[in-house]
Amino acid sequence: MELTFFLQQMINGVALGSLYGLIAIGYTMVYGILRLINFAHGDVMMMGCYFAYFGILMFSLPWWASFAVAVLLTAALGVLIDKGAYVPVRDAPRISALITAIGVSFLLENLGLVVFGGRPKGFETPDMFNEVYEVAGLMFPALVLWTPLLTLAILGAILFIIHRTKTGRAMRCISHDMETTKLMGVSVNRIISITFAVGSAAAAAGGIMWAMRYPEINPLMGIIPGLKAFVAAVLGGIGNITGAMLGGLLLGIAEILLVSLMPELAGYRDAIAFGLLIMILLFRPTGLMGTKLPE
Amino acid sequence: MKMKHVLVAFMVLGLAFTMPAPAFSQAKSDTIRIGAFLPMTGGVAAYGQGSWQGIQSARDMKPTILGKKVELFLADDKSDKIEAANAVTRLIEKEKVIAIIGSSISGNTMAGAPIAEKAGVPIVSPTATNPLVTQGKKYIFRVCFIDPFQGEMAAKYAYETLKKRKAALIIDKAQDYCVGLADFFEKSFTKLGGQIVAKTYCQTGDKDFTAQISAIKAKNPDVLYMPNYYTEVALAMKQAKDLGLNLPVLSGDGAQDKALIDIGKQYVEGLMLTGHFEKEAASTPLAKKFIPPYEKKYGKVGTFDVMGADAYFVLADAIERAKSTDGAKIRAALATTKNFKGISGTMTIGEDGNAIKSLVIVQVRGGDFRYVATVEPAGAKPEPKKAAPKKK
Repeated sequence: MELTFFLQQMINGVALGSLYGLIAIGYTMVYGILRLINFAHGDVMMMGCYFAYFGILMFSLPWWASFAVAVLLTAALGVLIDKGAYVPVRDAPRISALITAIGVSFLLENLGLVVFGGRPKGFETPDMFNEVYEVAGLMFPALVLWTPLLTLAILGAILFIIHRTKTGRAMRCISHDMETTKLMGVSVNRIISITFAVGSAAAAAGGIMWAMRYPEINPLMGIIPGLKAFVAAVLGGIGNITGAMLGGLLLGIAEILLVSLMPELAGYRDAIAFGLLIMILLFRPTGLMGTKLPE
Repeated sequence: MKMKHVLVAFMVLGLAFTMPAPAFSQAKSDTIRIGAFLPMTGGVAAYGQGSWQGIQSARDMKPTILGKKVELFLADDKSDKIEAANAVTRLIEKEKVIAIIGSSISGNTMAGAPIAEKAGVPIVSPTATNPLVTQGKKYIFRVCFIDPFQGEMAAKYAYETLKKRKAALIIDKAQDYCVGLADFFEKSFTKLGGQIVAKTYCQTGDKDFTAQISAIKAKNPDVLYMPNYYTEVALAMKQAKDLGLNLPVLSGDGAQDKALIDIGKQYVEGLMLTGHFEKEAASTPLAKKFIPPYEKKYGKVGTFDVMGADAYFVLADAIERAKSTDGAKIRAALATTKNFKGISGTMTIGEDGNAIKSLVIVQVRGGDFRYVATVEPAGAKPEPKKAAPKKK
């Protein structure tokens, strides 16, 4: 009984942690390349969820088509945000870009409130993802299996783009020295747009997995996952993509263990996550993976 | 740097969206100015959205009070206590309202109450059920029952009707409402002879309840009581079924919004709750007059819609009896409201400004809330009530 209980809680932890990790990957990738903490990441994720929601509900697309369209639209949104908000402050001090990111975050949230309304909506989860498998007294909801797989797949894809493609090489160059990269004849703005497109697509994928597991979407839904993903990214060493996934897993497992072992402290779950952020920043600011850049 | 200006314009636009609708700040004496502070956004937005529709429809039904046109002013409390206090301040100081309706939940109403109390502006809450909301306050009223009543009735229902003996709880620690209601349930349930085998906590906005549910499952309860708001209840019920915890679930009035079913779908089937109102049990003349045109406009009428409308009707009735827009006089009239036949039933404002009225037991069946039974309050003499369910 005790062992089953513990194992079930670990499954719960991995399920939650891989969601955090999935969202954190896009977050940390944009940081690693641009040194921009994209505070709007959680809100981009929210937009991805709404695109998928409307795809299924209003245009009655099959779920996979709707998800694909949502990911593409969110990628386009990422590029649009970059062109509209970040390009104009590209040469300004880094703090301007940071503040701009906060502004974009507020803009998306309030735009969402006006366009979609504040009333929460129920997300349609395809039946396939509602299955539950029982193995030796342990319960495995289908999404608990799918999310880590998707997280690994996206992690692999992003690592491949960064390390094995020409675009990826340009991304790595930009992260070292944007000026010199420009002098080498690389179209920096195009590469950065691609970075945002990939990061936003990953956010949409994370958001859709999130919305299927917790099928409630509202315009402010991105705030907490965004912040948790930020903690996960810092935990793993911000800018380090593998670290972000590990940080997410660690954070998810820590939260679940806290609630299951000390139930009376469950209300402090978020406080623990952000306490962890402060501790990391104080004692190991480069995070667990210890490196600064995706190299 | 033209882009910069565009950006600034965008951000200002973003800010503007968060502001309430522009109001004309000169207080004109030829209208009756009534304010509403409600959660239009955030964690419990469905309550505010519903109640606001109800209030507006009630105003359309009764557009004049004392022969003057009624003007409504809405302030969004964003499901947040600090914003609730700000909203009440704004309504009183900027919009110069003579009375306020709000808020939907106990914590926010409590945050706004001291400000109105000090200014001598009456507040009528549609659905804040925690006893502390009105306790010791002169100007704070409500048109709903209070939590000791619904907690006791839920415990009785679980123990006597469902014959359950081992209850588990998931309590949203961030809400006065949830903590209070869980406490009243626990007291009554143990007094009846039942046992609380697991007590777990969460926080408003939590999405993951798997840790709590796994812990509860290990304790083998036969009934689960979750006196939380609709989002938390819906998500927890889905995860409970995912983790193989199959047992009857009870909740409070906070779960009775259609958002619960939108979010929880097949997973919230069978949920039972203590609520203010269910359409099948509506029998007052006001209900018959209010509901058909309302449903034509918005679809099936919800509890929070009705409670918002009732708050408006009770307030309008008090202002007419006071024959004045003076805060103290409206307060005195509200305190003497007797046998007012609202949409949700007959209510009398008793001690502390609380409504004494019946509650309904409601169950989710076939993707809708369905009426099960009516429970009369202990102290009140039962009004002759017509057999409730009419059709179906």
